Amino acid sequence: MADARSIGRIAVKGVGKLYQRPKQPPVQVLDNCSFEIEPAKLTVLMGASGCGKSTLAYMIAGYLSPDKGSMTIDDISIVGPGPDRIMVFQETALWPWMTVIENVIFGPRALGSMSDAEARSKANALLTKFGLIEFRDKYPGQLSGGMKRRAELAQALINSPKIMILDEPFRGLDVMTRELMQEYYVGLFEETRLTTLFITAELEEAIFLADRLLIMGGSPSRIVKAIEVDLPHPRTWEVLTSERYLEIKEEIMRLLYQDQEAELLAQ
Amino acid sequence: MILAAPQTWQMALGFGLFVGIWYLTSAVLKLPRFEKIPDPLGVLIEWLSWNPIYGLSIFTPDYYKHIGYSIYRAFTAFVLAVALGVPLGLFMGWSPLFRRFTFPLVELIRPIPPLAWVPFAILLLPGTEWAVIFVTFIAAFFAMVLNSLLGARSIDPVYFRAAQCLGFRPWDVFIHVVVPGALPFVFTGLQLAMGLSWFALVAGEMIAGRYGLGFMIFEGYSLAQYRNIIIGMGTLGLLGYASSAGVRMLGRRMMIWRERQLGGGAE
Repeated sequence: MADARSIGRIAVKGVGKLYQRPKQPPVQVLDNCSFEIEPAKLTVLMGASGCGKSTLAYMIAGYLSPDKGSMTIDDISIVGPGPDRIMVFQETALWPWMTVIENVIFGPRALGSMSDAEARSKANALLTKFGLIEFRDKYPGQLSGGMKRRAELAQALINSPKIMILDEPFRGLDVMTRELMQEYYVGLFEETRLTTLFITAELEEAIFLADRLLIMGGSPSRIVKAIEVDLPHPRTWEVLTSERYLEIKEEIMRLLYQDQEAELLAQ
Repeated sequence: MILAAPQTWQMALGFGLFVGIWYLTSAVLKLPRFEKIPDPLGVLIEWLSWNPIYGLSIFTPDYYKHIGYSIYRAFTAFVLAVALGVPLGLFMGWSPLFRRFTFPLVELIRPIPPLAWVPFAILLLPGTEWAVIFVTFIAAFFAMVLNSLLGARSIDPVYFRAAQCLGFRPWDVFIHVVVPGALPFVFTGLQLAMGLSWFALVAGEMIAGRYGLGFMIFEGYSLAQYRNIIIGMGTLGLLGYASSAGVRMLGRRMMIWRERQLGGGAE
């Protein structure tokens, strides 16, 4: 099973994470958290702010290790970060001192995975595709928010990772840019079908993008529900008015409110 | 229409007022305590004279010998301070282990005023020449270490994570993330160190010099050749201004990305 669609299966089993805080009691952020991310699917992880979504993402990316449980990619345990998983961060992580094209080719150059000429031609192709070719010699500070996000996607994709992890990548963009980026991104995903974990706190964004939706909840957090989002592909903004979309939305809203009520009762 | 006058006129007015008050107090009114202060006209005449009364003007080789010695000492010390201080500071900022070893020591030695090092330097180093350079070096060195350290620590951790994600080796991280990321602070350090170099140099030259502008000023005082004091001070002002301008130019060249970023958004 070596075709492109069978790689990048992430399995998370019984993961727990405790945060030690100086001079305060430790917080159990995650406990008994289990789920799978299927290859070639866009899995969206959704939950309220501060529920540990980013912690999970950082663990899959390899920056943090779980206290309990196991995390594997294609049955191999995750130990530390690696170029098979590329993470796109909430804040921009383009190096401000490199031009757009230098940013894009830096990964392959550091890894020595391709020649300089090869990296440049690949980068040019990606930047053309992302509508950034005229900006390749600009510095990130000269780009708009949406352009930066696209440049980051190019920076990630040039490495041909197995898995993309996007941690609230469109947060902080204005509504117009954000919607454009979502539509753009969904098109890109449908073209590449890279196994993707997309993290967001926005319900609409979550349903619009997801093949599969994981809802986080509880305290400490775990996955409370997995929903297959069977909306038609290719996704356009019309799906937001479909009956099925509203059904899914209602189901999730109910879940989220239950969670909040339980929390209120517990207090 | 003085208020509407361009910047050059305002600057000329500032200079004019300063020199005018100086002339008034020292030459016309001869206020108490001002009678020994040379008046600006006398200083200018002496400075530009073919045949200066006290032996120093822009037409005497001795004047340039003093300047030459001072520049040589200030720049030797400055270059050494940058060459040693920047790598040390960056390493301290980058590696917590190295920081734990070195930072307390640096913090203990740093507050010792440069002049307190004079006797030590004379005992340690052969001749007075290197003692003066050493004292100057000490002043600039700690400014470089501290600013480089702050620079390295000011880098957003997201850049380190992104670098790790793309598979950078530690050396790549140091060269491509730590060094450029710390540059704005290093640059502030350069400006500070340049100023501190002149500051400590003149003090050092007054105590242990045989030539140099500090020595020239102090000799002017000892021999009651008061105009030479002012000539020395004016020369230091000009040299200080020129070297700061040089450092700023260097900084702008090093940080084109920053200029562009501050210069405006996407075109």
